[in-house]
Amino acid sequence: MTGILISLLVVLGASLVLVASVGVLRLPDLYTRMHASTKPATLGVSLIVAALAIHPGDLGIAVRALLIVLFFLLTAPVAAHRLGHAAYRAGVPRWPGTVRDDIAQRAASGAGAGDDEV
Amino acid sequence: MTASLLDASVGLALTLLAVAILAAFARLLRGPSMADRVVALDVIAATIVAAAVLYALRTGLAVFVDVALAIALVSFLGTVALAQAIEAGDRE
Repeated sequence: MTGILISLLVVLGASLVLVASVGVLRLPDLYTRMHASTKPATLGVSLIVAALAIHPGDLGIAVRALLIVLFFLLTAPVAAHRLGHAAYRAGVPRWPGTVRDDIAQRAASGAGAGDDEV
Repeated sequence: MTASLLDASVGLALTLLAVAILAAFARLLRGPSMADRVVALDVIAATIVAAAVLYALRTGLAVFVDVALAIALVSFLGTVALAQAIEAGDRE
């Protein structure tokens, strides 16, 4: 029973990582590619690590598996935010179909002070 | 029975991860901007973490879990450092 569940989690997680990397290859601009690289990749790795955690073994492995998931959930949004902001500042072009740009709107609507704090 | 099922699914998952690394590597070669390459490296690192965990599952060696944890840590630091470099350098 546990073996079937572990196999299911492993294959599902690897498929999600594959989806993430195909998205990084195929999507039209940097920002949509970052959307593909953060969410499915994090969930895919988390599923594979969850499979390791429910695998019958000693408790230390399960704790370390939990740490990996926690670390990924904490760091993936931070890294994506830093990278996206840096790329926007460096002027990486956006996909022509982009409908909304909050940073440019805030700068255009005046306010003046604090437009650097986005 | 269940042992062979686990072996087969881990083998299938490792094949999927190999294809994933190839796709991300194509993006790494193609660019076009520095940030695109950083995103591709990030995905490759996440894939390698998943592969290390699968190796731990297949061989039963707990060391590979530590390997996965260390690669996740280094990958996060590398991504943040490269983001700072892109922001400071403004070069592509």
